Amino acid sequence: MNVIDVEEAVTRAHRAEWARVVAALTRRFGDLDVAEEAAAEAFATAVERWPSDGVPPNPGAWLTVTANRKAIDRIRRDSKRDDKHKEARMVLDDDPPEPLGAIEDERLRLIFTCCHPALAMETRMALTLRMVGGLTMPEIARAFLVQESAMGQRITRAKAKIKAARIPYRVPSAEDLPARVSGVLAVLFLLFNEGYLATGPGTDPVRADLTAEAIRLARLIRALMPDDGEVAGLLALMLLTEARRTARVSASGELVVLGEQDRGAWDTALIAEGHRLVRERLASGVAPGRYQILAAINAVHTFARDVRDTDWSQVVALYDQLIRIDPSPVVALNRAIAVAEVDGPEVALAIVDRLGGRLAGYHAYHATRADLLRRTGRSDQSRAAYDRAVELAGNTAEVAYLIRRRDQLG
Amino acid sequence: MQYLVSVVDDNAGLATPEEMAAIDVFNERLQAEGHWVFAGGLGGPDTATVIDNRGAEAVVTDGPFVESKEHLAGFWIMEAPDLDVALKLAAEGSKACNRKVEVRPFL
Repeated sequence: MNVIDVEEAVTRAHRAEWARVVAALTRRFGDLDVAEEAAAEAFATAVERWPSDGVPPNPGAWLTVTANRKAIDRIRRDSKRDDKHKEARMVLDDDPPEPLGAIEDERLRLIFTCCHPALAMETRMALTLRMVGGLTMPEIARAFLVQESAMGQRITRAKAKIKAARIPYRVPSAEDLPARVSGVLAVLFLLFNEGYLATGPGTDPVRADLTAEAIRLARLIRALMPDDGEVAGLLALMLLTEARRTARVSASGELVVLGEQDRGAWDTALIAEGHRLVRERLASGVAPGRYQILAAINAVHTFARDVRDTDWSQVVALYDQLIRIDPSPVVALNRAIAVAEVDGPEVALAIVDRLGGRLAGYHAYHATRADLLRRTGRSDQSRAAYDRAVELAGNTAEVAYLIRRRDQLG
Repeated sequence: MQYLVSVVDDNAGLATPEEMAAIDVFNERLQAEGHWVFAGGLGGPDTATVIDNRGAEAVVTDGPFVESKEHLAGFWIMEAPDLDVALKLAAEGSKACNRKVEVRPFL
């Protein structure tokens, strides 16, 4: 077998099996640290051995068996050194997980433990990328723009807390499940947004590695919890957003806003998949949550071949629905952008101006106002609003766009 | 597994009669359900005395060991199988005593 094929087989096995191997080992040995290290060693052994021995017929089983051996070796080494090791196991729940649909999977326990609310949000994201996503420490450090040593410490601390404070390794009970699922989705959504709207002066405006990983994890959770509407909603939202990724930044690194994007450059396969999910949720007849409504809004946008075909009143209606469950000023701001297309920029401006008290530090508030002021012919005020938006924006592509728009004012 | 649930007070007042009554109800539940180990309320920071006997002789100082806006007003020690159970109990404890609480595992 040639080297390229073996490399591909290892990469494929890593994507497909990493989380499963870590989850199975955590379950067996009650220790995330042991599981992570043994899984990493098993994959390293595969890289070493598969080129000469050939790729095993069932790579997942081979990796699990190998990782199990590595874990037992380590535990023997540790227990010679420290007999108390056995006491410091995580709590394992021996009951099968609550039925969540057709599939019960060890990986769900892993996801819920990594996204436990007793861990800081950044820690949850990092731990999920490492344990569930299988990203290496340098990759995660790069994703969050921190030193590798700092990221290593954060993950080590998290694993120590999980063990010492006994964060359980199980799927939450039915009564806690909705809140905990939305906690997991929040982690994935933040990961996706960090990729999609990367901040920091030296950063690429879009981090495709992060958006791709967030989508991969959302697909995994969708496969594990196929009946959860918000899981489907979040996946659809990510797909419909990701579909526009390449059209969203110009060759010169400037943001291209929705209305000016080359819609021919959108990814039709991702859009079709996103639309399918949105239709499936609509057909369910169950009242949609926040991610499903956001996905539906994105479905309306991606349905229009030309920006002029956009059904803006449908967008406004969806935002009205969203405001009922999330009456935040940011939602009101996004609604106002759609209102401008239906009722005109004057009406929208009046809505936006009322949000100033709460959104004064938010760049999108000033960018939206700047655009509405420009469209209503108030150039001086518009320029001042662009200035403020430029000061506050952290994304390089967005800053470039705002500066060009400001400089085009007459 | 035991957890220390510390009651954090930021307005330097003693518990009101209503709060005391709610704490009693909560304590009875802890006892009935087997989570109770120990609990107690503490005098304010100005009743504290610090002793340092690491040197030649004990040095006694008036006042708390650290001046801060928030102080420890009391605590529970609870028995719970894992952090999820401890957090759920602590959330009810916070509601009963009407204060923030901090949950920490015993080693």
